[in-house]
Amino acid sequence: MKRLLFVLPLVVALIIGGFSLWGLSGGRDPSALPSMLISQPVPQLNLEAVEGVDLPGLSTDELTKMKGIKLLNIFASWCAPCRAEHPNLTRLAQEDGLTLVGVNYKDKPEDAAKWLAELGNPYEVIGSDYSGRAGIELGLSGLPETFIIDETGIIRYRLAGPLVGDGLRRFTEALNEVRK
Amino acid sequence: MIRIAMLALALLASPAFAVEPDEVLSDPVLEGRAREISTNVRCVVCQNEPIDSSNAGVARDLRLLIRERLVAGDTDQEVYDFLVVRYGDFVLFKPPFKPSTYALWLGPFAILFIGGVAVAVSLARRPRKPATKILKLNAEEETALAKLMEQDKTI
Repeated sequence: MKRLLFVLPLVVALIIGGFSLWGLSGGRDPSALPSMLISQPVPQLNLEAVEGVDLPGLSTDELTKMKGIKLLNIFASWCAPCRAEHPNLTRLAQEDGLTLVGVNYKDKPEDAAKWLAELGNPYEVIGSDYSGRAGIELGLSGLPETFIIDETGIIRYRLAGPLVGDGLRRFTEALNEVRK
Repeated sequence: MIRIAMLALALLASPAFAVEPDEVLSDPVLEGRAREISTNVRCVVCQNEPIDSSNAGVARDLRLLIRERLVAGDTDQEVYDFLVVRYGDFVLFKPPFKPSTYALWLGPFAILFIGGVAVAVSLARRPRKPATKILKLNAEEETALAKLMEQDKTI
């Protein structure tokens, strides 16, 4: 019994060490916020079309009626990472069974229209969130963010940050999970 | 004279707040509640700052939203709930007491208790100091002892 006590410091050190190792490894981001919307239906949104863009606005009712998996991307012309993810988003939008819908966040309509004309418009519908209120409904913390919404209209995944590199890898994994 | 004027101006200056004049409510009671709530709500962009002192766009939107809800007649708790539904417990600087946070709230007390028990046990187990000097009985004690011995014999 007495001898066992001598091992105690080692055990404590191993526990603390193991915890630290776990904390440092695996690309864990302690500042990442889990979305509250996972496994929830899309919050009620009723966004008007972006002026000068020839696409209808975005409403949750219409969104739930759409077939297949929906990707909801929040973007703005002033957001540099949005520009970076745009080619990847365009590629995803062309895949079978995926519908890309957009929320144009706190953006001037003419800027958004110019941006889409320059880079190409992969979206089916785009809602304008000039006030940023829809962003709060979606738990937005920064641009861009992309949600995966399954066939039944339930949000299954949210990527905070651009669809490039590691973010794109995680997003694709989640997408494959939803497709199963 | 100019120095006094400068000093007076410097003293008049109030610290700059992130809360912009156009956000402030005309009702001082509601405004007070709004300020109180926004100091307890974390900004989701600059995560260690309350939205009350954050200049981030989302923080401003949330401040306006809090005021809007208060004007609409929400209680403080309803406003907090509204935010938690959208951003999670993370937005509260003081996490709520619930099963998933028991370890957080009770952990320190549990560790203190275990430590206390360990100290008590080790103190109780410690052998008492042996007497270093053998003291002789004095005359009075000797007679008392002799008396006791005598009594013992008679039994």
